[in-house]
Amino acid sequence: MSAALEVSDLRLAIGGVNVVDGIAFSVAPGEVMALVGESGCGKSLTAQALLRLLPRQVRQTGGRILLEGEDITALAERRLRQIRGRRISMIFQEPQAALDPLSPVGAQVREASGLASAAAREAVRRMLAEVGIADPDRRIDQYPFELSGGMCQRVMIASALISRPAVLVADEPTTALDVTIQAQILDLLRRLAAERGTAIVLITHDMGVVADIAERVAVMYAGRIAEIGPTAAVFSRPRHPYTALLLAAIPRLADEPKSRLAVIEGSVPQPSEYGAGCRFVGRCPFADARCNAEPPPLLETDEGHFSACWHTERLA
Amino acid sequence: MLRHIAGRVGQAVVTTFGVLTLVFFLMRLSGDPTLLLVPQGASAHQIAILRHQLGFDRPLIVQYVAYLRQLLQGNLGTSLVQRMPVASILGSRIPYTIELAAGSLVVAVGIGIPAGVAMAVWRGSLVERSLAALVFAGQSMPTFWSGILMILLFGVVLGWLPTSGVAGLPSLIMPSIALGALSMASFARMTRIAVLDELSRDYVAAARARGLSLGAAVARHVARNAAIPVVTVAALEIGNLLAGAVIVETVFAWPGIGQLAIQAIAARDFLVVQAIVLFVSFVFIVMNLLADVVYAVIDPRIRLSS
Repeated sequence: MSAALEVSDLRLAIGGVNVVDGIAFSVAPGEVMALVGESGCGKSLTAQALLRLLPRQVRQTGGRILLEGEDITALAERRLRQIRGRRISMIFQEPQAALDPLSPVGAQVREASGLASAAAREAVRRMLAEVGIADPDRRIDQYPFELSGGMCQRVMIASALISRPAVLVADEPTTALDVTIQAQILDLLRRLAAERGTAIVLITHDMGVVADIAERVAVMYAGRIAEIGPTAAVFSRPRHPYTALLLAAIPRLADEPKSRLAVIEGSVPQPSEYGAGCRFVGRCPFADARCNAEPPPLLETDEGHFSACWHTERLA
Repeated sequence: MLRHIAGRVGQAVVTTFGVLTLVFFLMRLSGDPTLLLVPQGASAHQIAILRHQLGFDRPLIVQYVAYLRQLLQGNLGTSLVQRMPVASILGSRIPYTIELAAGSLVVAVGIGIPAGVAMAVWRGSLVERSLAALVFAGQSMPTFWSGILMILLFGVVLGWLPTSGVAGLPSLIMPSIALGALSMASFARMTRIAVLDELSRDYVAAARARGLSLGAAVARHVARNAAIPVVTVAALEIGNLLAGAVIVETVFAWPGIGQLAIQAIAARDFLVVQAIVLFVSFVFIVMNLLADVVYAVIDPRIRLSS
């Protein structure tokens, strides 16, 4: 099966520094693929690059983005407008902020449908029902402030999926929501992805969310992919020291009460501090001269599981 | 919606009453009005007779009640200088003031709002810098200076427009530009800030992610959201245009309220000055009330939550 989305060697620069430096991944139809990393690792910029909606100061300096086999990196803005919302769409971290407060929610869903008024209203109503909004006939004319955060995210999902896009980019879709609502929204995304064959790129910093919904995960660090593979494999046998330390840092119920939380010493380097070698070198227990000098390539360690580390074997 | 408006109307009535009271007592604090009217060298007896005729010898509270009763009947008194009802003096000037305010508003809104939107949308470009220069000019030129310069150029040198007075649309052009320039700058600055503020919001990114062009996102979503602070500015600016044209009306010999105010103050025409102060206050009260109604029309959070 061909990929719904294929990103190769994506490079994004701010002021001459590559803050996203050679990212590559692909997502199959119906698959949920997570991009996970700390703030500033470039995951949100990557998401914006997928829709070609980068902030003005960010330039794409390399790489290709294939949407259903079509390279969209070189398309004119006019063509991109036909693609956005129809073949690739996006949902946001704060659903209430992502909806225009002065416009009824139904009208905003309809905007993405490209349909004329009479047919559109029925399509919007059905879509709202499909994302689990009770009483869609009433909700369709309500304003965002009359809906809860979870319902607003359902509206966003409805607007993102009404045109049956091949790819949905979900940028921290549950971060601003209560934990119980979070689980419902993740269930909904998983169900719709499976039913409609939508590929989902899920941007998150939450390993719990990754474990809950993603079939595959790419761990990003300082603008590069540190490790990518099937979620189960990455969680059970991490092949990059960063992933291993991240997983070890998750507090567990079985931990001794009031014991110290595990942390990764040091902090993420600023783009201006990037050296020639591996960007994790300053915080890595295995770092040696080679790590400082040469960036490790992303190599397959197990079936479909890749890691960019010179010391993969020491984690086996 | 109706409850919201009814509440605001109630507030406006209370404010109006407060203004009436304040104006009455402030005017009386400035001294005995009788002394303003009598000629030099009048005897104390003559002054006392006039004071009694005009009712200024009654207790203040009795005068106050009489004043309120008169106003409720729409009676602003009779000018002791011009020997004419104050209401008809004011009434003969208000149309000119409204005409000039409307002309200035066309200049201010017609240039200011598009300029503000353009400065926000094309931020950092040559478009923004050129418009910023225009706004800066409008804001910094004093009207007595820009007015006289325009009279010199278009009236005297080129002879395109009448230098002063009221003679149809051509005579309205220069005073409208002179008076509207400062408002134009306010509208442009406020619109720019409001649109920039809204453009940075997630709902704009979301609208673009649905395939809307930046222009369509501005027209469908940003415009309404950015309108709320602009309406606030509009209420104040319209008030200023109706009330604050003293200099422009003097420079262009425009027979509006501003010119009347200068004349009435110079002639110590006490009741006319009082009526102008009341008129200006009332204009601001009505403008703020209108702004509150417009907020409710634009914003469902105000409309539906009250």
